[in-house]
Amino acid sequence: MAKILMKGNEAIGEAAIKAGGLFYFCYPITPQTEVAEYLARRMPEVGGVFLQAESEIAASNMLFGAAAAGRRCFTSSSSPGISLMQEAISYIAGAQLPAVIVNIVRGGPGLGGILPAQSDYFQATKGGGHGDYRLLVYAPSTVQEAVTYTMKAFYMADKYRNPVMILGDGMIGQMMEPVEFPEPEEEALPPKTWATTGAKGRKPNIIKSLFLDPNALEHNSITLQKKYLEMEKKEILFERYNCSKNNKLLLVSYGTMARICKTVIDELKKKKISVGLLRPITVYPFPYEAIYRAAQPAKVVLSVEMSMGQMVEDVERAVKATRPVHFFGRTGGIVPSPEEVADEIRKLVA
Amino acid sequence: MMKTIFTNPESLAPNITHYCPGCTHGVAHRLVAEIMDELNVRERTVGVGPVGCSVFIYNYFECDFLEAAHGRAPAFASGLKRANPELIVFTYQGDGDLASIGTNEIIHAANRGEKFTTIFINNAIYGMTGGQMAPTTMPGQVTTTCPFGRNVSDAGYPIRVAEMLATLRTPGYIARGAVHLPHYIVQAKKYIRKAFQYQKENVCYSMVELLSTCPTNWGLTPKESTAWVEENMIPYYPPGEYKTPEDAEDA
Repeated sequence: MAKILMKGNEAIGEAAIKAGGLFYFCYPITPQTEVAEYLARRMPEVGGVFLQAESEIAASNMLFGAAAAGRRCFTSSSSPGISLMQEAISYIAGAQLPAVIVNIVRGGPGLGGILPAQSDYFQATKGGGHGDYRLLVYAPSTVQEAVTYTMKAFYMADKYRNPVMILGDGMIGQMMEPVEFPEPEEEALPPKTWATTGAKGRKPNIIKSLFLDPNALEHNSITLQKKYLEMEKKEILFERYNCSKNNKLLLVSYGTMARICKTVIDELKKKKISVGLLRPITVYPFPYEAIYRAAQPAKVVLSVEMSMGQMVEDVERAVKATRPVHFFGRTGGIVPSPEEVADEIRKLVA
Repeated sequence: MMKTIFTNPESLAPNITHYCPGCTHGVAHRLVAEIMDELNVRERTVGVGPVGCSVFIYNYFECDFLEAAHGRAPAFASGLKRANPELIVFTYQGDGDLASIGTNEIIHAANRGEKFTTIFINNAIYGMTGGQMAPTTMPGQVTTTCPFGRNVSDAGYPIRVAEMLATLRTPGYIARGAVHLPHYIVQAKKYIRKAFQYQKENVCYSMVELLSTCPTNWGLTPKESTAWVEENMIPYYPPGEYKTPEDAEDA
């Protein structure tokens, strides 16, 4: 299939359709609005549903409703909007429903700014809303990866009956790159016998997250926890770039920031400074073990983020104090330049 | 041979409810279940429950049920119905749920003309949390959060939801009934039937507000509560049909 040039936000919309995500609920917010604009035209062509809600709160609850109907459904937003969606996301996780949420992250806190950032890492990977739950979170670093993992997200959401998040950033959403849309590769999944489709010839299906009996609520939380443990066993994805026993330093970085780190690594290679990159593709579940191993040849580890230091806490946990872990980041919409990252590396390996 | 002349509606689960003595939720539930039976829609009906006293509503109906977040049932029902237009969908919401935290969701669902039905229970108080002031609490009415009576100069006047939704230009069916006395119940059932019928025919959004009692939190006996509705709520919240799709400007 020929590649076509597409903006990240639009490619995400098209990828969702290709994966059968035909039910989309949204509210405009920069820098992800093109997802909605693209789908407003595209959904009628493919017989899907496009609905602009009155708020992110409503959009995410519409998502909850469509998920209960057993449909592949998704929403997209950006940081402040995702904060408003946390209520519904917690309910969706508690009720064990599949849904896909795209966060094209902008700088925060508060209204923040509209430029790319990675400052929603804690929110995305540590729960976000109330209660004991997790999202499976993919952090694409190219528009093509945004396509690949958006498509995969629908399958994973169905497989685990759990919300899945695409954690992009303003750069991924706004950048244009050549992409292709492969046919979805999915293993067979069991029928959605739990969906609320009308109690015809069966007992009523009840979808809820309320368990007033503490034993029942603990049981539900343990059920969720088992899914997360299974994700940790089976779904961790990462990329190693230039990792070798010669590495003086290991970079850990994801998304747009990881691309910049690759440029830095290539430049330093010319100057005979060997630096490796471990790039988490799933930020939950997090590749703790892979980072630990990749860190061992290096003297030092550097987490580079477009935030004030969030993933670095997981990197420290991964390295288990076997190597010093440092942090470098810019935020507020400022994307660190390769030179800035290279300077930071030189300071640590000098 | 004995002839059955009165029985539990098929759509109503044969469970004992948790509602307080004298509460009219049970009457409202039964009316909805009777209409589901009469319109023969039980097997394709999905209810959306609220947060409030009727949070356990899913235990009392023999149909698929979902439990929404507080106030979000109309958004939830919009997503559900759009995802599966073959369903008959109804939300069942109290006044804290619908008229306070969920005002945005109810107005916009009605304004989009979503093809589902809302049963709105107005008992002028928050029941489940123990009797706090609701947007529908009457002027001067004492609750735990307005212990000196609702002061309209700082809490405003009670919101008349049926009247408010009836102002929308989008065609809809908006009615207010009551369930505290038999003749009102007969009238309320007619409204509920129409509401579900409009949905079944895919005509419009429909909402029936039901004036209801809360003896426990009003601090009254069931009988006194019935009189309280009649004396205080009926004049401020007059029953009737506030809007029908035939009223629409372009009908």
